[in-house]
Amino acid sequence: MLTIKISDRDRITPIQSLVTNVLSLLAALGAVGLIFLVCGVNPFFAISKIFMGSFGSMYGFKETVTKAIPLVLIGGGLTLAFRAKFWNIGAEGQLLMGAILGGWVGLAWGDTLPSVVIVPLMFAAGFLGGALCGLVPAFLKIKFAINEVISTLMINYICAEFLTLLIVGPWKGKTRFGFPGTDNLPDNAILGVISGSRIHYATLVLALISVVILTIVVYRSRFGYEVRVIGENPEAGRYAGINFFKTSMLIMLISGGLAGFAGVGEVAGIHHYLGYPASISSGYGFTAIIVAWLAKLNPFYAIVSGLFFAGILVGGDAIQMSLGLPAATVQIVNGTLLVFLIMGDFFMKNKVTIQRRASVES
Amino acid sequence: MKKIDTLEMKGISKSFQGVFANRGIDLQVKSGEILGLLGENGAGKTTLMNILYGLYQPDGGEILINKKPVKITSPTESIAHGIGMVHQHFMLVQNHSVIENIALGYKHTPFFFPKIRIREQVVAFSKKFNFSIDPAKKVWQLSAGEQQRVEIIKALLNGADLLILDEPTSVLTPQEIEELFRILKDMKAQGHMVILISHKLDEIMDVCDRVTVLQKGKIVGNADTEGMNKQSLARMMIGRDVLFNVHREKIPRGKKVLSVETLNVLGDKGLPSVKDVSFDIHASEIFGVAGVAGNGQRELAEAITGIRRVSSGRVFSQGVNITNMSPRRIYDSGVSHVPEERIKFGIAPGLYLYDNAILKQHHLKKFSRKMFLEYGRIKNHTSTLVEDYRVATPSIDVEIKNLSGGNIQKLILGREISEAPALLVASHPTYGLDVGATEYLREQLLKRRKEGGAVLLFSEDLEEIFELCDRIAVMFQGEFTGILDSADDKRAADIGLMMAGSLRF
Repeated sequence: MLTIKISDRDRITPIQSLVTNVLSLLAALGAVGLIFLVCGVNPFFAISKIFMGSFGSMYGFKETVTKAIPLVLIGGGLTLAFRAKFWNIGAEGQLLMGAILGGWVGLAWGDTLPSVVIVPLMFAAGFLGGALCGLVPAFLKIKFAINEVISTLMINYICAEFLTLLIVGPWKGKTRFGFPGTDNLPDNAILGVISGSRIHYATLVLALISVVILTIVVYRSRFGYEVRVIGENPEAGRYAGINFFKTSMLIMLISGGLAGFAGVGEVAGIHHYLGYPASISSGYGFTAIIVAWLAKLNPFYAIVSGLFFAGILVGGDAIQMSLGLPAATVQIVNGTLLVFLIMGDFFMKNKVTIQRRASVES
Repeated sequence: MKKIDTLEMKGISKSFQGVFANRGIDLQVKSGEILGLLGENGAGKTTLMNILYGLYQPDGGEILINKKPVKITSPTESIAHGIGMVHQHFMLVQNHSVIENIALGYKHTPFFFPKIRIREQVVAFSKKFNFSIDPAKKVWQLSAGEQQRVEIIKALLNGADLLILDEPTSVLTPQEIEELFRILKDMKAQGHMVILISHKLDEIMDVCDRVTVLQKGKIVGNADTEGMNKQSLARMMIGRDVLFNVHREKIPRGKKVLSVETLNVLGDKGLPSVKDVSFDIHASEIFGVAGVAGNGQRELAEAITGIRRVSSGRVFSQGVNITNMSPRRIYDSGVSHVPEERIKFGIAPGLYLYDNAILKQHHLKKFSRKMFLEYGRIKNHTSTLVEDYRVATPSIDVEIKNLSGGNIQKLILGREISEAPALLVASHPTYGLDVGATEYLREQLLKRRKEGGAVLLFSEDLEEIFELCDRIAVMFQGEFTGILDSADDKRAADIGLMMAGSLRF
């Protein structure tokens, strides 16, 4: 009789790690292919369409970069939180609150202040908005031991409903003919794009600088050291005299703030006004969780994994249109990839051997 | 029916990450025999027994039971062959009763009403070996010794003819050790065989018939314990002679370093654990706290170092009130701490060795500049620590979880002592260390004393307390039943009674 035996893997070389990742990616594509087959679509055609749609054409690539901006910003911030085992599931709400405050600043002073003043002000306000949403669960967790998964998740709904309340109520624009939504931002408050694309370069640069700084912070600073110690063993953190309150607040200030940046980018770079929550963010706050995980909680790698998932979002849109597949296809592709990558992780941590079982007389 | 008359391991080899843990090991045991497996930390004792218990697969070699080769690929198979193992850390469900824990691992447990149906068996079994244990008690209410007896019953009920005990006495009081040895001798009389992993020479001499000595994964000696003495065993184990009496010179004590005034502290379950304790420690003094574990020593140490809240009373470090200050402020005031559960509190397992070498010191000027850490200096410091404290590691660029327990311990001790603290609070610093490391560590403590440092030493090892301490407090149920001068031999004889609370000064 054959048995499967699972034991801890002692060490893994970078090459083994790469091979495992590539293999799990291929396996995932295989599984995705099966799904396409069931839908009656040639899997090779569909998968090549996804990658052609996102990375294979100039137009597609520009769209991919556009969508990668919020994913890299939020994903980078989440790597910090997840490293300290602070499960921030509230990036979506933090993004929206950043969009609200940033949008408010833009709407209120965009006419009177020049671009060089108003744009940084909007980003600052957005950072503050996202950070505030992040600080509340951190405060509740440390002071009252309230589970952060629940509190961050619930604050998502508060933020989304608050935005809806604003755009159907007090902030409803005169130019919208009674439809929900604010007026367009004044021109000074609108971010410039690389011509022929929707890439709002100010946010792109901000995202790249943020993850680079974050990488240095995590691996080289005293604060980053404390984050890593807490994440590895909170008891050791307590023994070492690390101030949990200060550290957790700072983690969520950064993680929430970066999501807030992303919110400002979406409003001022893409939409140019505040509309329904679902139109401001197509679930970037949640997709970024996968981005952070795929980046192995290294902020710098979030650039690569952010681009990858942006590619799938864009490629998914492409096959929706060209093959007439339902919108849920992208989510299926996303989910399948995540499941297979997590399985790959399992094989990297454990050694699996199949062996013939010795008979045991009892 | 007996399953094992003889057991033999032949040419067993096993390596981890290219390092041999066991190399060509031969070992035999037969019915009615207690075999001691002796060796320093990381000599490969536990690895060898884990192979026998089916937790690891050997890279080479074979296991023969009754002269027939067998392959053991899992603990289930090992149990079926009649082998039982009691691990160093007990594998019991804390919130379940004794009987429930036994039923959980017992192969003949009936599906319905297991507690009622196996109760009789457990009671009968306890009688046979004179275990005194209440089957209805919850495991968390039991002392370490009692929990160990539950583990032994579990193994025996499953039909273990060969019982492997991994460092069984490390968590026991002297009385409990005696009790355990009596049980082992009873088992031996009834034809069981026992393998006892230990690095305590006294125990091996006391209870084993034969001893096999491992060093760096290889067998370096095999002998009957009759005709051996401690010195010759020690020489076999570390390959040289060991000092068994550390020389403690007389030093006049200096100014007051720590003063504790009517301290009261609550334990984990919210009950008073430290009651009205007062004492002073002076420079150039080692102050020992003796007592059976669980009498408030851990809570006292944690309260002084800031990990646990003081409910009333005051603590002064060199005249400064440090009561309920943060652990970092207390550390900066000159109090460092080697915690009791080192793996649980003392390290961040997934971080590198050099990250762990500065766990409490990363905020100090010498390791950081403004907001950033100076990894160059940190690595230099780590290399020095590794060398000075003889931490066996392939390099300082490995995750600390890959090191053996004893080596992690050496690193933590080095980390805490190297900064020359005014007061070192050390809880069971030599617990689990081998002879060589213990000797070295005791010398380090005495060196601190000579340099003018003070040490607050918590230990259950009376020999250690007498060897090192200038004064000894005995702790019982949260109170000091007396503070003795260790030179006072007459009173020292009373220490056992004081530990049991029946004598006070």
